[in-house]
Amino acid sequence: MTLTINGEERTIGGEGMSAADLAAHLGLEGRIAMERNGMILKRDEWENETLEQGDTIEIVQFVGGG
Amino acid sequence: MERYSRQIRFSGIQKSGQETIQKADVLIIGAGALGSAAAETLVRAGAGSVTIVDRDYVESSNLQRQQLYTEKDAADGVPKAAAAALRLKEINSSVEVTGLVEEITPASESLFQGRDVIIDALDNFETRLVINDFACRFNIPWIYAAVVSSYGMSFTILPGETPCLRCLLPVLPQGGETCDTAGVIAPAVQMVSAVQSTEALKLLSGNNEALRKTFLHMDIWHGTQQEIGVGRMRRLDCPSCGSTPEYPALKHESVTKTAVLCGRDTVQVRPAGQVVFNEILERLSPFAPKANNHLLQVTLEGKKVVVFRDGRALIHETSDKVQALSLYQRYIVS
Repeated sequence: MTLTINGEERTIGGEGMSAADLAAHLGLEGRIAMERNGMILKRDEWENETLEQGDTIEIVQFVGGG
Repeated sequence: MERYSRQIRFSGIQKSGQETIQKADVLIIGAGALGSAAAETLVRAGAGSVTIVDRDYVESSNLQRQQLYTEKDAADGVPKAAAAALRLKEINSSVEVTGLVEEITPASESLFQGRDVIIDALDNFETRLVINDFACRFNIPWIYAAVVSSYGMSFTILPGETPCLRCLLPVLPQGGETCDTAGVIAPAVQMVSAVQSTEALKLLSGNNEALRKTFLHMDIWHGTQQEIGVGRMRRLDCPSCGSTPEYPALKHESVTKTAVLCGRDTVQVRPAGQVVFNEILERLSPFAPKANNHLLQVTLEGKKVVVFRDGRALIHETSDKVQALSLYQRYIVS
């Protein structure tokens, strides 16, 4: 399906893909926060949050440097 | 007050804000790039007292972005907290400046009590969770910031009001880029530090209503910025900031453990939690690690390092636990 991820349109995964699937697909589990269509997702919602064609996803990755 | 006249003229601060800034007690944890920048800004702003804590010493690779240090500090290998304190006192002798050369651990309780704000200028998440738990326990606002490459982020944490770091990050992040693997440019540090120091000035001048409520991510090279409202990630059952806190990072067993291996000039470092070996391997790929089913071997900063599948590492050619732990957290598990 086509998603807008951090402002960039990308074709990724297929129908029924969850937020958790997307994080796994991007190899980013464990160190990100994810927002779907303007709403931040709690981590325990990722499994059941089914993404839809055209969704706008914002992902921020935590880093440790200082 | 002439010295602060331009700051007092600024409508957000004024005379009353300057007075509270000059009574403020600031704790800065980490005296690397972010710590140097925040310390200089807040000392110039006239904070009442500034305590800066760091476990490391100055090296020549720090000078490109760590603004308080000189070539002489690097040549002499001066501890960062000591070099920083000296320079900060030259900048503003009216501020009570303290430099502490030590590690933050669950035993660092007395360091936190009574502070007005904590500036996070660390290079690893494990210690950040210790800050988070002390901040929650003593109800001290703290400002998370981090920078790598050309990007960075900041989030202002008010215990009991905003999500805390553990609400946002229920598991310790592994892998990801660090300044040692992906590099960092000084303007990225300045950008993130500007946000962090501004948040501190708001807090210290009594402007809590002006605090940023979103998680901010910025990239100065690509000119991009994201702001994410994370308010609903606050967990009422959070073990750090929830209704029945346990402060997991303050329990001794949650800390990465080090041990000097007798007679081998080697320090063993054992991670606090589970690690993913393949992530470590991938992260170290710029350093050409050799791996087999049981372990990987790699040379980091001239030292031979062996990492086992369970994340346990042997750092050779040193018997300095602090140095070995620093190497481990910067390259292997942050």
